[in-house]
Amino acid sequence: MKGIFSTKHTMFKSNAMQFFTVFYSRLLMLIILAIIWQSLAWFINSADFPSLFNVADSFVYHFSQGDMLANISVTLGRVLISFIIAMVLGVVIGILMGCSDKVNELSDTLLIIALNIPALVTILLCYIWLGLVESAAITAVVINKIPTVVVMIREGARVVDEDLLAVAKVYKLSPSTTFFKIFLPQLYPYIMASARAGLSLIWKIVLVVELLGRSDGVGFALNTLFQFFDIAGIFAYTFAFIAVVLVIESLIFRPLDKRISRGIHNDSA
Amino acid sequence: MIALDIAIKDKCYGHSDTVVLKNINFSVKPGEFVAIIGPSGCGKSTLLNMLCGLEGSSEQTLLCNGKAINGNESHKLGYIFQQPRLMPWLTVQENLQLVLPVPKHETQQKQLDDLLDQVGLSGKGHYFPKQLSGGMQRRVAIARAFAVNPELILLDEPFNSLDAPTAAKLRLLLVKLCKSRGSTVIFVTHDLSEAVYLADRIIFMSNTPTTIIHQVDIDLPKPRQEAGSKELAWQAQLMAQHPQILAGKATF
Repeated sequence: MKGIFSTKHTMFKSNAMQFFTVFYSRLLMLIILAIIWQSLAWFINSADFPSLFNVADSFVYHFSQGDMLANISVTLGRVLISFIIAMVLGVVIGILMGCSDKVNELSDTLLIIALNIPALVTILLCYIWLGLVESAAITAVVINKIPTVVVMIREGARVVDEDLLAVAKVYKLSPSTTFFKIFLPQLYPYIMASARAGLSLIWKIVLVVELLGRSDGVGFALNTLFQFFDIAGIFAYTFAFIAVVLVIESLIFRPLDKRISRGIHNDSA
Repeated sequence: MIALDIAIKDKCYGHSDTVVLKNINFSVKPGEFVAIIGPSGCGKSTLLNMLCGLEGSSEQTLLCNGKAINGNESHKLGYIFQQPRLMPWLTVQENLQLVLPVPKHETQQKQLDDLLDQVGLSGKGHYFPKQLSGGMQRRVAIARAFAVNPELILLDEPFNSLDAPTAAKLRLLLVKLCKSRGSTVIFVTHDLSEAVYLADRIIFMSNTPTTIIHQVDIDLPKPRQEAGSKELAWQAQLMAQHPQILAGKATF
């Protein structure tokens, strides 16, 4: 017992060491980037390439004086709604395609077409057909995202372990228990991967959607800043939104990842 | 108590025309421990899968207490597979609760604790399968099979690829659990001494297309000893009569 504790203690120590090494190397990388940026800004000395101080000033201005907070929350709302709809529909369609050869054969061509339609085309068509309304914006983003989710989940559903499903059959588990306790957990890594990839893709598409047809949100704000060639403002908005996405990543995705990958790694309990 | 009457005319593998099992006819008495021995790939696992309704054939009559087996029987069934087949994302405790009809019931919790104690895993309920050794994982699989209080237990070479002392311990555990439950057991193996130690009767199978080549009752008193003198003598006598029987060939 003592041996186990001391091994755990050593493991904890080495994990902590590893964390700090990674943290410091990441921080070092950021500092180097900042120095290069600042030097370039001094060297070029042009309004088109603002220094970090200008970006920081602009951030403070937009944050306190402008409507950065309102714009970011509007965009974030759109991102979350489209993300949830796209994930739910993508997971359902992906499971159906992965489990049934017939459904897969029928919808495979459609999937390839959907994957290759340019995001811009979907956005324009949605605005034309549904009008310049919120639902058109959400629909456009969802349509853009669903195919990528489907592709990933389909791969996961194809490699579901039949042996574990046989256990469910032998012990006569109910369909819902089989689905939620045996089938779905096998898809979690695929769902997580598509959620992570999804969030970054969705917020980029949302900005384009906002730029083209909404009168609020980060995309709209960037468009306005572009009209005034306010490069520092564009950078300030970009960094602010990246920061928000990073917070979502560390507050939602990482704990969720840890929760659903429990038991898969030796050190998870 | 479960009695089985098995009559398989032929069983092909998947959608192919290759016949795996041919003219397999035997009966199992209630509470009997039957071992099935046959060369690798002869379709022993397929037979077990047919007995629990995982696989079927149009040319079969499988009766359980006189009723046809279709996978929806009301009797309680425990199946210990070649691999433990535990859900890696569930703890030991949750893996056992999974197969219970009403999980998280208070009396069931006590039952599970007792069961974990019996398989020597008390206090390990919150561990994940990956944190356990291969032998421990098999013990969980055994506990899972016995958690449902099975009337019929199917075992598919459950002690394969384990070191000899661990396998011996688990065999002892199996004997104890089977005795306390009085279940009917069908045990697939390719290890004759294991079968002699555990079973009331051994059914020997041939290579594919697999048929039954020999059936023999083990008339040694229980409890038996692993590699005991009586058991070894019985084994030697059988091997003298049928030297090729483990390779799927009987001599008469």
